[in-house]
Amino acid sequence: MPFITSAIAAKETYDVIVVGSGAGGGQTAYTLTMDGARILMLEAGRNYDPVSETPMFHTPELAPLRGEGTADKPFGFYDATIDGGWQVPGEPYVQTRTDDAGRFDWWRARMLGGRTNHWGRIALRNGPYDFKPYTRDGLGFDWPISYEDMAPYYDKVEMLVGVYGANEGLENTPNSPPGCLLPPPKPKVSDLLVAARAGKLGIPVIPGHRAVLTQQLDWKTSPAKLHPGNAAAQKIIAEDMQRRAACFWATPCGRGCSIRANYQSTTVHLPPALATGKLDIVTDAMVNEVTLGKDGRATGVGFVDKTTGKHQQVSARVVVLAASACESVRILLNSKSSLFPHGLANSSGKVGKYIMDTVGSSLDGQVPLLESLPPHNEDGASGLHMYIPWWLYQQAAKLGFARGYHVEFGGGKGMPDVGTAAGLEWLTGGSYGAKFKQDARRYYGSFVGFDGRGEMIPNEHSWCEIDPSVKDKWGIPVLRFHWQWSDHETRQAAHMQKTFAEIIEAMGGRVRGHVETDGAKAIAPGGSIIHEVGGAIMGADAKTSVTNKWCQTWDVKNLFLTDGAPFASNADKNPTLTIMANAWRVADRILERMRQKEL
Amino acid sequence: MDRRTTIKWVLAASASAPFLKGLAFGREAFAAGAGAHVPAATGYGTDPKLLNTFKLGELWPLTFTPAQRRTATALSDLVIPADDTSPSASAVGVVDFLDEWISAPYKNQRRDRKILLDGFKWLDRESAKRFSEPFAALSATQQRTICDDICYVAKAAHRFARAAKFFARYRDLTAGGFYSTPAGRKDLQYVGNTPLKSFEGPPLEVLKKVGLA
Repeated sequence: MPFITSAIAAKETYDVIVVGSGAGGGQTAYTLTMDGARILMLEAGRNYDPVSETPMFHTPELAPLRGEGTADKPFGFYDATIDGGWQVPGEPYVQTRTDDAGRFDWWRARMLGGRTNHWGRIALRNGPYDFKPYTRDGLGFDWPISYEDMAPYYDKVEMLVGVYGANEGLENTPNSPPGCLLPPPKPKVSDLLVAARAGKLGIPVIPGHRAVLTQQLDWKTSPAKLHPGNAAAQKIIAEDMQRRAACFWATPCGRGCSIRANYQSTTVHLPPALATGKLDIVTDAMVNEVTLGKDGRATGVGFVDKTTGKHQQVSARVVVLAASACESVRILLNSKSSLFPHGLANSSGKVGKYIMDTVGSSLDGQVPLLESLPPHNEDGASGLHMYIPWWLYQQAAKLGFARGYHVEFGGGKGMPDVGTAAGLEWLTGGSYGAKFKQDARRYYGSFVGFDGRGEMIPNEHSWCEIDPSVKDKWGIPVLRFHWQWSDHETRQAAHMQKTFAEIIEAMGGRVRGHVETDGAKAIAPGGSIIHEVGGAIMGADAKTSVTNKWCQTWDVKNLFLTDGAPFASNADKNPTLTIMANAWRVADRILERMRQKEL
Repeated sequence: MDRRTTIKWVLAASASAPFLKGLAFGREAFAAGAGAHVPAATGYGTDPKLLNTFKLGELWPLTFTPAQRRTATALSDLVIPADDTSPSASAVGVVDFLDEWISAPYKNQRRDRKILLDGFKWLDRESAKRFSEPFAALSATQQRTICDDICYVAKAAHRFARAAKFFARYRDLTAGGFYSTPAGRKDLQYVGNTPLKSFEGPPLEVLKKVGLA
């Protein structure tokens, strides 16, 4: 009986409580249960089943407002996210500034699997530089681990969840060992055109990495590599891998995937973890505190059962927070005691500090070469097939900003929607009537959009704390955010704009709108890229970090974090793959320490 | 218009990758302090049944009066008339779509509600001034003489500036309503949303046309 009530959970004892069910919580629970540990997972949102709830082939005319995004469903009606967004009813937060340059918008997804249900599935490894940024340029912080420490776990996660990509051997863009990656999908015509023309500018365009099965996982070979010496685990995952279908090249990944062809925690991590019989899950469990014993060890967590409104307590030998970086911070800061009057595990005063997002800026262009092409199916893998990795590592001194960005781009004739033939006046000269219909056919599929995704350096002005007065609907104090970009980020955003314009022009295209050379205006507001990390960074020194290299809090030995909170930097690479690899690494450590009876 | 709104408008118009929509629509908030002319309604909530289909007017009360519906029908069919390839906008339910859109309790739709309803009033006033009849009662030729003055924001005379912005938005929404239907997808020759055994990329003739083969 894996999905249980809070009352039943309260009577049980567990080895480990995992708070959160997304990339971090899912991977933690998977690794721990596969090795026999008894786990209770608590999820603040409702149970969610992508297999039965996903409107895979629904077309826009079946949805309210043709599926366009609203405050209730920010990424569109059919997006997988439920009870989520930058604003969640009943769950406020406070922003000290609300202008674009000084705001942090906090995304939450209150559902089983969290934001992994809708994410972009872009799964890039951090490179060696990304773990030692301070050593390279004196800014930010080094991680207390290196690429070599993380690499075996990247290998495992890629084999487990399924990631397509290719090994290009470019600087700080690691190759994966044989057997890790699935073949990348064939490029679309817009990919090939970008590759040819950007290539002339010296900008590399290579196959992207996304957590989508372009073929069935290697269920014959991988299980033994994932779980050496553990026949039971190998059997479970081999069976589960065979139940996941390969991509059928249709329907948006963001809706979730009922054939389990892409990674989301609910289709990849939780089913095998549940199959072990070692995982109990309580949904609608809004955790507000980690409880502390007199010996200074965590005894468990307290939460509000949203179905009854009652407070409950559950206990375990170890507590792992994976509630999303800022939610984990909130739980720590709300866990006050005589031992920790300023929040649990906060003797350094660093809990809540160094919140990071990704630098984002976008531009798109219209490319005459792509007009009126013969119709062909361009749905592909529903996300990028190719991308541009950062290519100017050796020129940082000249650029005026220290860290790099990668470029996600895409074009083609996607499913027509409300925006497809909108905003064409600059091309058509204001046509309407029969001429407009001809113009719509001509321009459909002739646009290519570019999104920069860059590294933000942690700073003292981007942080969060508990607001002294505002509480959520359950009476739990909420976060107050402070935010500020540095010149390293805004200059990078301006460089993105310049680069995108150059590529569009090299394709013989025309930029739509305005190339924003003022970086402060070109940069997307904090939190809008939804790559929230930091807030409880790991480090080598208990005075300047919240956790050690095992993401174990310095202050409370049986308390760990496996979401983005311990990230000491936020490389341009999208964080999800690293969250998973790190969670596996930490879970292995917890297992080892439990075997040693330290935990 | 602030930068965020501009981004929304620009990206709303995007015909390219769907991932752009994150920024385009992510920041929308419920409209606050709605005026007396705006009907009270709630949206479909944060956890709607995604597999359901909804009847027109089921989620929130509709707006159009018979006269507004006539204006909308005439104007939509001027923007997207029937041709050899596909039917007219009104024939595939675009007027119903516009009514649903401007009646929705969300910020962008509230903004469009004002633009469209004010625009309809302007059209009737302008029609009365020029031809002594409401817009819907004019001949297609008469209607076009008005539309020709407001169909291009960049070239519209100063006194038509606001009407031109209305027309631009109206055309965007009409096109949005039209191309998001089965008839619209067929018109654009969209051939996806169907399972494939393999993804083969562009055919050779496409590559040749772009100069890549």
